[in-house]
Amino acid sequence: MKNDIVLAGVGGQGILSIAAAIGLAAVNSNLYIKQSEVHGMSQRGGDVQSHLRISDRPIASDLIPAGKADMIISVEPMEGLRYLPLLADSGWLVTNTTPFINIPDYPKPDDIIARIKAVKHHIAIDADSIAKEAGSARSSNIVMLGAASLFLDIPFERIEEGIRQLFGRKGEDVVQQNLKALKLGREFSEKNR
Amino acid sequence: MNNNKLLLLGDEAIAQGAIDGGLSGIYAYPGTPSTEIMEYVQASKQAAEQNIHRQWSANEKTAMEAAIGMSYAGKRAMVCFKHVGLNVAADAFINASITGVNGGLIVVSADDPSMHSSQNEQDSRFYAKFAMIPILEPSNQQEAYDMAYFGFELSEKLNVPVMLRITTRMAHSRAGVVRRQVKLQNQLKLPSDPRQFVLLPSIARKNYKKLLVAQSAMEMESESASFNALIPGSSHGLGIIATGIAYNYLIENYPDHKCPFPVLKICQYPIPRKQVAELYNTCDQILVLEEGYPIVEEMLRGFLNLGKPIHGRLDGTLPRDGELNPNIVAKALGLPVTEGQPIPDVVKNRPPSLCQGCGHRDVYEDLNEALKEYGTGRVFSDIGCYTLGALPPFNAINSCVDMGASITMAKGAADAGLVPAVAVIGDSTFTHSGMTGLLDAVVENSPITVIISDNSTTGMTGGQQSSATGRIVEICRGIGVHPDHIRVVTPLKKNHEENVRIIKEELAYNGVSVIIPQRECIQTFARRKKAEKKESNE
Repeated sequence: MKNDIVLAGVGGQGILSIAAAIGLAAVNSNLYIKQSEVHGMSQRGGDVQSHLRISDRPIASDLIPAGKADMIISVEPMEGLRYLPLLADSGWLVTNTTPFINIPDYPKPDDIIARIKAVKHHIAIDADSIAKEAGSARSSNIVMLGAASLFLDIPFERIEEGIRQLFGRKGEDVVQQNLKALKLGREFSEKNR
Repeated sequence: MNNNKLLLLGDEAIAQGAIDGGLSGIYAYPGTPSTEIMEYVQASKQAAEQNIHRQWSANEKTAMEAAIGMSYAGKRAMVCFKHVGLNVAADAFINASITGVNGGLIVVSADDPSMHSSQNEQDSRFYAKFAMIPILEPSNQQEAYDMAYFGFELSEKLNVPVMLRITTRMAHSRAGVVRRQVKLQNQLKLPSDPRQFVLLPSIARKNYKKLLVAQSAMEMESESASFNALIPGSSHGLGIIATGIAYNYLIENYPDHKCPFPVLKICQYPIPRKQVAELYNTCDQILVLEEGYPIVEEMLRGFLNLGKPIHGRLDGTLPRDGELNPNIVAKALGLPVTEGQPIPDVVKNRPPSLCQGCGHRDVYEDLNEALKEYGTGRVFSDIGCYTLGALPPFNAINSCVDMGASITMAKGAADAGLVPAVAVIGDSTFTHSGMTGLLDAVVENSPITVIISDNSTTGMTGGQQSSATGRIVEICRGIGVHPDHIRVVTPLKKNHEENVRIIKEELAYNGVSVIIPQRECIQTFARRKKAEKKESNE
């Protein structure tokens, strides 16, 4: 078993919270994990990525080889497309559709959505709206995690456990609301895969 | 994988390894990708309980020297910085190999190949070779932990500092790490030879001879080191030398990580001569994989390259610059590579930018306006968030070279006749390396305007404590800037006109002016407010 995942977004959007949740679930499942992050200059509103590798056998490279990623999880629509060179033919692009516009030449959102739909296996989800539905706009990354969870070889319950561990300190309300966000994301993928 | 493993960044693994290995003090100046080592120790309960020194230093040189001082006193010390920080610390670093150590001393230098957050991709291994000391270069996070843990003993045994060299991907990648038994710190103990650290020429010459004699002991350590391994292969058409994390990119390309060629994995230097000779003598050609400069490759080829074919970065088998990855290594091995789809045209570049609401933005808007009558091309800047002022919409600065260079370059340009010349430097960079340059300008009363954009933190690296906080005005007075020409302003939109007027006044002054726009970094401000809110709720 191996899941090679590219996490994409803009500095400050908190893609590492997704990585942390999957990482906990992987550790709780006794899997090997390597996760490379971007720190430093690009965190100031630039494009950021994280490579997350999970396997039941030891992992060599901290970086995912080009054309071999099983999934891109992107919390921003244009950013997911940036990592298509890493995605395998059989891989999934799971992306939020809410743009983060901080550059003057940001393309037309419709052009981006059209390009996402041209990717063979994709889930395009309005995570921000669904997060509001779940009770807090701030849990859009957890909606993304829920949408992506369908394509992970980790039992859904383990990911729920990871969420409980991650948010446990913030109280039961926050835990429940994030579990709801997770579930709504998951259901979206089940319906739209 | 068992649950006793900690999931740690390479940087964090080094920190935990050092703490468990008997560390008494860590000294550092923030710099990507090294920052998280000190941050981890600062956040560690264990470090607090053991009263480990864990404060930031003003710069890498002061950090290095304090670490040498702690070693002098018999305790185990670690100093951490990014690769260009080692340039700043180089004087102390090189001489520390001549003094030798008393308590174990580990120097962590974090290189940044591909320049993700740096102005060059220099390879710190050259510095260690220059200083004639061993290098430990982990290939994974467990080795990063183990090397910090065992590095102090190696340093004490060989009587030299030991370099722990990492690169960006090792620093900022997380994996499972198993801890070892915690060692006690050393007791306070003076050097047995009271003149060991007195580098008068007569003593230095003796110490240097000892260092030269110790070289063979260092080589023997490498040859027996568990971090190095000569792994047999079935096909001797090629022998591969892989250093540090290049080893991972190699084995990534083979099923079950089994390479058909003999592989020499080097993670401890000096280069283990016997293993290299064995590989060389039993293989037709050699491929060298290194994350960084082709240092091993160059040594192996020699100047005339008269031996067996040696492949690597120098003959084009691998790119001459930039970091490695599995596919680059696959191509060098002649293996087929996969490639995904190209990046669609619809994707635009998204460069980093100053945060919305950041005070540096206002500083540049004020400065650009004030400089209109003089024209462009006269603003020297420095290393920090404000370097992003080089990009649109500001296009406000004309240089970024090294820490502190803004003030001294402005002075040199003013000496050449470019008047007024302006320096833009941050508060932390000012106390790092700007103060001595300001003294040069004061001594000659150079016609420069220095803007110390003070956000009261070391911003670019994530908001570490700045040694400058609350001290800048006093420092400038102390250095001798005339009090009338030290102007403190608040960089806010509502003050734009007033600030432009003040900058214009100082640009017109024929001497040293310092303008200090002071406003807290909005990132640290937001974090502080959040923490205060949390506290008031509890």
